[in-house]
Formats: sequence, C-alpha cells, structure tokens
Amino acid sequence: MKLFSAKAVATTAVMMVGSSAMAAECIAPANPGGGWDFTCRQVGKLLYDLGEVDQPVQITNMAGAGGGLAFAHTVAERSDDAELIVAASSATTTRLAQQAYGDATADQVRWVGAIGADPGVIVVAADSPMQNLDDMVEAIKADPGSVAFAGGSAAGGFDHMKPLMVLQSGGFSDITSVKYIGVDGGADAITQTVGGFTQAMTGDMSEIVGFLESGEVRALAVLTEERVPGFEDIPTAMEQGYDVVAVNWRGFYVPKDISDEDFAMWADKIQAVADSDEWAEVRQANGLAPFTKVGPDFQNWVDQVIADTEELSREIGVIE
Amino acid sequence: MEILSNLALGFSIALSPYTLMLAVLGCFIGTIVGALPGLGPSNGVAILIPITFTMGLDATAALVLLTAVYYGAMYGGRISSILLNIPGDEPALMTTLDGYPMAKNGRPGQALVISGFASFWGALFATVMLALVAPALSRVAYQFGPAEYFALYLLAFSTLGGIASNNQAKAAFASCVGLGISVIGLDNFSGLPRMTGGNLHLMDGVDFLVAIVGLFAVSEVFFFIEKHGKGGAVGVKLNKFRVPWGEIWSTRWTQLRCGVVGFIAGVLPGAGASLGSFLTYMMEKNIAGPEGKFGTGVPKGVAAPEAGNNSAAGGALVPMLTLGVPGSGTTAVLLAVLMTLNITPGPTLFTDRPEVVWGLIASLLIANFVLLAMNVPLVRIFVKVLSVPPALLLPGVTMVSFVGIYSLTGGYFDLLLMILFGIMGYVFRKMDIPTVPVILGILLGSNMEDALRRAMVLSDGEWTYLFSSPIAIGLWIFAVAGFIAPVYFRNKIRKPQAVTD
Repeated sequence: MKLFSAKAVATTAVMMVGSSAMAAECIAPANPGGGWDFTCRQVGKLLYDLGEVDQPVQITNMAGAGGGLAFAHTVAERSDDAELIVAASSATTTRLAQQAYGDATADQVRWVGAIGADPGVIVVAADSPMQNLDDMVEAIKADPGSVAFAGGSAAGGFDHMKPLMVLQSGGFSDITSVKYIGVDGGADAITQTVGGFTQAMTGDMSEIVGFLESGEVRALAVLTEERVPGFEDIPTAMEQGYDVVAVNWRGFYVPKDISDEDFAMWADKIQAVADSDEWAEVRQANGLAPFTKVGPDFQNWVDQVIADTEELSREIGVIE
Repeated sequence: MEILSNLALGFSIALSPYTLMLAVLGCFIGTIVGALPGLGPSNGVAILIPITFTMGLDATAALVLLTAVYYGAMYGGRISSILLNIPGDEPALMTTLDGYPMAKNGRPGQALVISGFASFWGALFATVMLALVAPALSRVAYQFGPAEYFALYLLAFSTLGGIASNNQAKAAFASCVGLGISVIGLDNFSGLPRMTGGNLHLMDGVDFLVAIVGLFAVSEVFFFIEKHGKGGAVGVKLNKFRVPWGEIWSTRWTQLRCGVVGFIAGVLPGAGASLGSFLTYMMEKNIAGPEGKFGTGVPKGVAAPEAGNNSAAGGALVPMLTLGVPGSGTTAVLLAVLMTLNITPGPTLFTDRPEVVWGLIASLLIANFVLLAMNVPLVRIFVKVLSVPPALLLPGVTMVSFVGIYSLTGGYFDLLLMILFGIMGYVFRKMDIPTVPVILGILLGSNMEDALRRAMVLSDGEWTYLFSSPIAIGLWIFAVAGFIAPVYFRNKIRKPQAVTD
C-alpha cells in the first residue's frame, strides 16, 4: 500500500510543478483487457515516448453499456475538454448506428483518427469441408441452417455483419435465416468452431493468429482490399468475387465542442504515432494491419460507415 | 525429463534476487487487496498494471509481480470471509459458510491457518498440473458447447437449494431473485436493453460486487445499527491458538479432492474460481453427510472452498495461456497484460516463448511458498483486526465498501444500488432467506441464459439438443439428482447451519 501512496504523491508533485503542461487523458470505455484498453494504453504510451505530450497519458477505464457510458459522459460532461481522447472502434460506430447507446448519435462527438485496423476474417476448423467462400455460400444457399457462425460480438454486432455482407454480396438475400451465436470473444468463438458446435467463426485477424499457427483453423477469407502482410496465403474476399471489406479499426473520438485547432492538433499527434516505427512493431505483433485516417478524412469515412451499417441493420431487423 | 529442464529454465529466470523481491511484494499487496471487501484479484492486478510500466519491468518481471498479486489476492480473500463474514472477493464467498461460524466459535486463528494450508495445497496442485498437462488439458474446452455449459450451470443452480438454507423453498426463491436480477441489462442476443428503465448505468446489468458488498457488508451495518452496537456480529473473540496440525491432517483427502475438482473447474473457460469453490464445497458437504456438520464451522468446510478456489485460480491460467481464452475475470486482465507486453497467448505460446511460460510457472511456485510463509505467521496480525471494537470496525467496513464500489465505475449510481442491496440483505436475513443464492444467481444467471439461447439458436429451438452429448447428459443426471436428493433426505438431515449469520 505504501507503494501506492508514494506513487500518488509523486504524480501529484509532478502535476503541480508542470501545471502549464498538457495532462492528456484517454478514456478506455471498458475494463482493462479489451481492445479499447489496449488502444489507450499503447497509444498513450507512445504519445509520451515520442514526446507528443509532456506527461504520461492518464488512462481511465470507464466500462459501461458497451461504451455507451463513456460516450454519454463525453457528450454530457466533457464536451469542451480539449485534453480528452476516447478509444473507439468499429463496435462504437456499429452500436451508434443501431441506436444501442440510447438517443446518442455519432455527430455528438468528433472522430479524430484511426491508427490501425484488425482485418475481418472468416475461418473454419482445419477439417472443415468448406475450402473457400464459394463453398460456404453454396452450403448456406442449399440449407441456411447448415452453417452456424460463432463470433465475439452480440447478434447484430460487427462480427455478425461480416458473414451477412459476404452472403449478400453472393446473392443470398434471406439473411435473417443465417444462424449466429455471440460468445465471449473471438477465442471462445474459435473454441466452439474447432469443437464442432458451430461450423464457422467470424472475427478479427488478431483473434485467430495463434490458432492459425497451430494449424487448428483455416481462414476462408480476409475482408480487406489487399492481402494482409505476414498472412499472404489468406485470400481476400474480393479476390473470390465478393465485394466486401470489413475491418475493425482502432481509433479515437474527441468531445464535440473543442476548437478546430485542438482537433487538428490531436489529428497530428495521432498521425505521428501512426507513422512511428514503434507503433509499426506493436501493430504487427498484435495482428493489426496499417490503417491510418485522421482529421476530416476520418470524420467523413465514419459518417459513411455509419450510414452503411444502418442500412444493413435494418435489413436484418436489428433496428426498424 | 523435458519438464525438468523446462522448470530449470523457468527457475533460472524467476530466482534472481530482484524477481524474488517482486514476488514477495506482489504477495503482500495481493493479500491485502484480496482481504479488502470489494477489491478482488482483478482490481488488484488492474491497479498494478500502470505501476509495472512506470517501473520499467520487462515481460517476465511484470508477470512475476502480477501473478504474485493474483495468487496473493486469492489467499487474502478468505481473511475477511472468515473474520467479518464479508467475502473479500467473489471466489471467497463459500469460505464464509464455515469460516465465519468457526471464527465465532472462538477459533478464528485455526480457521485462517487451515484455510491457508488449503489455499497452499490448492494452488500448488494447480501449478504443478499447469506445468504437467496444460497443453493437453486445453483440449477440454473443445468438448464444451452451449448445451454442455447450460447443463453445467444448471448443476450449480439445482444444487443451490441444499447449501445455504434449512428451507429449500427459501433458497430457491433467493436463486430466482438472483436470476431475475441477472436479466437486467443489454440482451446479448438482440442487443436491446431489458429492465433498465432507460438508465445507462443498468445497461451492463448489476455488478455482482455491488450485490455482494450490499448484501453482506451494508446489511451487517444495518444489523449493527439495530442492535445499537451491542454484541455486533463481527465481535469474534480471539483465543490463543496453536497451529492445528491434527485438523489440517484430517482434511487431507478433502484438500486432495478439492484440488482436483477446483482445477478442472478453473480450466473450463468462463467457469473460474467461483464455480470451483462452489462445486468443491458442495461435493465435500455431500461426502461428509449430516455427520459432517458443514455450516457450523468445521475444518473441512473451510479447507474445501479454499483448496478449490486456489486450485481453480491456477487452472484458469491453462485456457488463458494455451487458448487465449481467459477462464476468469482476473486471467482476462492478465491476458491483457501479456498482450501489452507483446506476448500473444495461444496454442503456440509453449513452443514460441518457453521462457515466458516456464518463468511464469516457476514464479507461481515461488509465490505460493512465499504466501504460505507469509500467511501462517501473520495470522496473529490478521486476527488482531478483530480486537478493533465494532463501533470503529464497522464504519471502517462501510468506508472500504463505499470506496471499493466507487472505484468500480467511478459513479454514485452503484453506491445507491449497493445501499438498496443492503436493505434487501437486511430484510432477507430477517426473514431467514439466504443471500448466497442471490449472488450466485447474479453471477451465473446471464451465462446460463446465454448458453441456453445459443443452444436454441444452433438447434432451431429443438430442446433435445440439450441432451445431445454424453457430457451434457451426465451433468443433467447430477443436476436432477442434486435437486431431488435433499427433498427426500431433508427429514433425516437437520441442516444446522444458516448462512445468514
């Protein structure tokens, strides 16, 4: 316990001396351990290591409502706090598009930048008869119940969307008949698939890396425009004739009412982290592909993603 | 003999003076964190993550520190269970059942020492098993689909009736209350909020820690107020004691069995230490029968859950390391630490990063011995907590409860909820309704519901799917037997204990 108080005193002292310096805070809208926490901790550390901020970035875990609590907190209580960034990902925009955060909408914050992306993948157990997306789509066309998917997000979530987008692109329209179960994370989904309880797993590249190496699963497709560096033997969906790109980006939003200068400053800092060699190392080690969009560019991209998600969610009946 | 060379590698990493110091430090901090109600192992590890970064620890050193905290917290959880009837963390819940009566009988020191040895044995067994069979055991997870998980949870619930009360109907009622509370929050399948009244704070449901602290600690304070401070329930007397070697020896088979069962419970992803302590206590209670006097403060009743939950804590590392599937909340946090250290747990970790795995295993072994050495002599200090008069202790408990719960979400909403649970606990205890099933309902209810609904999705609503594998059928048989048996035996068994103080 002494250790804590010593640290606390030290931190307070530093903060008092350097009160003019910026004390940046990153909110991870989840408990320690998830992707948002990872984003805050890694980027927060690099922001400091690269000298982009003068003091270590304070990480606040604010779990609740799948990110909704942190979103509501940012909108209601921190709307002009220029020293705050909040970790976000595809899950954030998916939930916003599906009105899962109550009345909150994506335009209540500013989307400042993405620093990497976890490519979407569809995998099967190593002994599965399905060899490519065509096999999968044909099997589902013949009997929609014959292929059940497991994924780490709830029904209607991003993992659920991925196979549905592929199926739609393959001309299968009765997407509500496709079986999907949401389990506790990608590794659990793989366990269910390898165990034969489901026939395919939908998730992110980072979730399957270890299992790919051990040869227990086989990736049918990666949902990116180009093959992912380091995983060149996995074909993209586009190569197989399915025009689907789905990546789980990792990035940040900031409060709505900060000045344009502050917004641009954060965009630059995030760009600096994204360009660093240190980030490239962390990114690769965690199965993330390069995906950098900052400032207005990212804002526009998010707007488009949300519009698309709304449309698909309506089709599968998640929202009216 | 490969394992010996592996262990040698591990010890060569873990036995440097610096890492040893970290292990001792971690054990000490962990024990305190575990003993504080509301602060569990996952909080303890989470709090220390930033410190490992600021200290500039390398991967192995950081892991040694954090796993020492983890094991330390598992040890520490029992202290407040036994002395205050408030579980320091969720897996220590079952330890209150016999630990607190034992302390009230004037034997708090014995209870702490016996449970300390049981913890040691459970953790040691699990660590050795982790080293021996981790790669092979990780396959067990592949045998558990939704139907099997549902049956597993059903087993837990159907045997609940017998554990906590003289009256199975009251226990069943309490379970239903817990299950009812567990449906609050986002529905995992439609993503729609249920029973939240539009309140964002309820979107994730009710945190079991809020319920635990409210039902146990806050209601205790209400009772104290009612009695005007006379003879508060925590006023446990400390007698002189010697290490009860005889009693420890008498629980040897209990410890052995519970170590095995706890380990298996820990290996199952999502089951974790709570289920481990629960299953082992139930098993020992059934084995001992009415003569065992479980619930009145018997050594076996203290040893069983502690051997079980510490063994499960080690077991939970198996799926975390080998599959990247955390078996408990704390291993989920440890998983996050590994990821930030650029170590990706998974089936290949044992071959790719042997120094990490074996360094970890060696440091777990070291931490375990450090904890035993630390816990047995220090029992006197922990028991001293009790000589603090209730008029001081209970406000202290209240303060720690409030701070602990506030630190969960940093909002006042959970504090209000905690007080509501305190009132509920007070009313229930007045009516002799056990509160443990409420908490287990909150804890396991949503998992059970998810398992059932996944099974129904996969089978197109065909209920026979629930009995589609030998494992599932076996679990169902145990569940049904566990529910029916006490009804027939109730006349013969005068269940002596009451959890509700």
